[in-house]
Formats: sequence, C-alpha cells, structure tokens
Amino acid sequence: MSLYYVQKLLYQVNREPYIRKRFDTDFDQLIGDYDLSIDEITALREGDIGLLYIMGVNGQILMHFAAHCGLEWSTYLATLRQALVEHGPVRAGLYATVWD
Amino acid sequence: MSLVFAGACSHGPGITGRAEQADVSLRNELYANFDRLRRAIEQSNPDALVVIGAEHFANFFMDNMPAICMGMADSYTGPIEDEQWLGIDSAQIPGNEALSEQLIKSIMQDIDLAYAQEWKFDHGIMVPLHFLTPRYDLPVIPVNINCQGPPLIPLHRCYEFGRALRRACDERPERIAIIGTGGISHWPATPDSGQINEQWDRQFLDHFVNNRREQLVAYTDEQTYQDAGQGGFEIRTFVAIAGATEGSTGEIWFYAPIPIFAVGCTIATMSVE
Repeated sequence: MSLYYVQKLLYQVNREPYIRKRFDTDFDQLIGDYDLSIDEITALREGDIGLLYIMGVNGQILMHFAAHCGLEWSTYLATLRQALVEHGPVRAGLYATVWD
Repeated sequence: MSLVFAGACSHGPGITGRAEQADVSLRNELYANFDRLRRAIEQSNPDALVVIGAEHFANFFMDNMPAICMGMADSYTGPIEDEQWLGIDSAQIPGNEALSEQLIKSIMQDIDLAYAQEWKFDHGIMVPLHFLTPRYDLPVIPVNINCQGPPLIPLHRCYEFGRALRRACDERPERIAIIGTGGISHWPATPDSGQINEQWDRQFLDHFVNNRREQLVAYTDEQTYQDAGQGGFEIRTFVAIAGATEGSTGEIWFYAPIPIFAVGCTIATMSVE
C-alpha cells in the first residue's frame, strides 16, 4: 500500500490548478508519476471518497478533494460513515495510529 | 516594547463555509466577538500581524515537512480552497518580507525554524483574516506549526518558539500583533466531525488564559488524540501564544461548541504587559 503517494497526489491536486486539470483530463498519464497500487488507482479514478478514507487519507486532504468531486459537506461525512460500515476500520495513517 | 497585542481564535472552515447551517444566535455571538477582536487589534495600532496557524497540508507535505515555518514574502494569496466552499473570495494579502527576515534571524538564535517565500493561505489563516483584517490592509506574517503529520514538535518547544518570537518582536521598532489560531478538541473532516469535548476544552483554556506552562506542556499526543481527537494537536498554536506572553494572563471572550463548525469556537486574548 502506498498511502504516501495517494496523499501526495491529492495534496497536489488540491494545491496546484495544473495538476487538478491533469487529474480531470489526463488521469492515466498523471498517475504514472506516482507509485500506486491498482486498488488505489481505482479508488482515485472513481473518486471513491469513502474507500480513500479507509485507506488512510488524512481528512484535511480528503475534504478538499471531496469538494472537488462535488460532495456537499453532509454527504461527505455520510460517505465516510458508510465506508466504515462497508470496509471496516481505517487501515493506515493517522487515524489508524496505535500508540506505543 | 514592540509586541502590542496577543490573542487566539478558531479557524474552522465551517465558520464561513457553513455559516447558514449554524444556530443563528451562537453564530452571531461568535461573529460579534471576532469583530471585537478586530477592533482590539486595530486599537493596538500594529504595523504587522503574525498569525500562528496549523498546517493542513496546504503548503507542506511529508516530503519536507517543517516543524515550524514562517513566511518571508511581501505578499501571499488565498484561500487555497474553493471560494464557494469556504465562503471567502480569493485575495492577495500583504506581507512584510524585511520584517519577516529580521524576526526569523532573531528567532533562529533560539529555535530552528524553516521559512517560505511562497505561501498559499488555507482556511487556517484565511478564516481569521476574513474577520480580523477584512480589507487585507495590514501586513501579515504567517507561521505554521505541523499539527497533522506526526512526528510533531513537542509542546514545550512550541512554548519556547513563542518565547523566542516575543523576544524577536521586542527587539523591533515596529508594533507587532500576534494571533494563534487552532482548534481545541475536534475531529475535523472525519466521521466524528462535530464531536467536541467541552470539558476538555474548558480545562485547556483555563490553563491557557492563566498561562500555566507546566500544565500546558504536559499534554501528551496520545492522551490528546484519545480525549480531543487529532484536531487537538492544534493546541500547539495556543501554547506558542502562551510562550509569547509568558508571565501574563488572559481572558476568554467567547467559547461555545458549535458542531456544524466542527469545533468549540473560541476567542481569547492575552495580556502583553
């Protein structure tokens, strides 16, 4: 799992208009620049906000990408809650932290 | 004497972006206290406003994440978010590169910090500015503390950063105001968004306005995560303000949990005497 690169791509999509444009119009070429698994590519391509959350994408990154995908705030939160039901707990990243 | 004002406020994007969904009386009271804070800053007649915010992956990522970074430019832009989503129009915000450089050089005598000559403000800075400098006519010097991507800077170092910032300000002839902006307990942008631990918040704020350093720096990230969510890591911005006003106390002008804003909304000031 390459959560680092999923988050890096979304960070750049959120921040840089030219990356956002490439994400929308040239997805297959763009993702070649990132070390991503097939599952991650599919979740990104489909804008599967819930699965991206379960994969461990930080909410501060994900909420802006969700807005870009057209999700209204209450729908965004409902999507995350439903994802927990469908996929189980968050698998990696900050929200899966187990403290020593 | 060059530090002329110190305060703290919330910055949740819902404060502007979801304003119409909030309880009207609470929202109006919050807005009134933001305006009171604006007037107090203006009455201190500052030449610049230092805004100590929390990094939200707007400017920095884990390929090169500074523990603390200060802006060093003559202008900045924001918001990075969609204008309609945040409820704030895009703007150019004045900075003061020369003053930034002097502050950074001085702070570096005590604290290692990064600097950035390019900075796109996100809600963490734009929401406070929307209320506090609505005409964008006061030079702003942004500071971000990494509060999202562990490992995070320890709280006692945030306090020391605040002390170094205070010393640096007091070396300058310019009149400088500082604002810390962060959430207290909150679980932003997660399924638990809207949850707020009011008891935890009120205890933290009591330590803050009484500037109890020992208690402020004793919070552990593990306990904060359990009791106050990952958003609780943003207490670093308050702790930095406490360091900058060491020996002084303050006042809470407003505190109320407003779930649609995803945070216990806070407006507070600290004495700079």
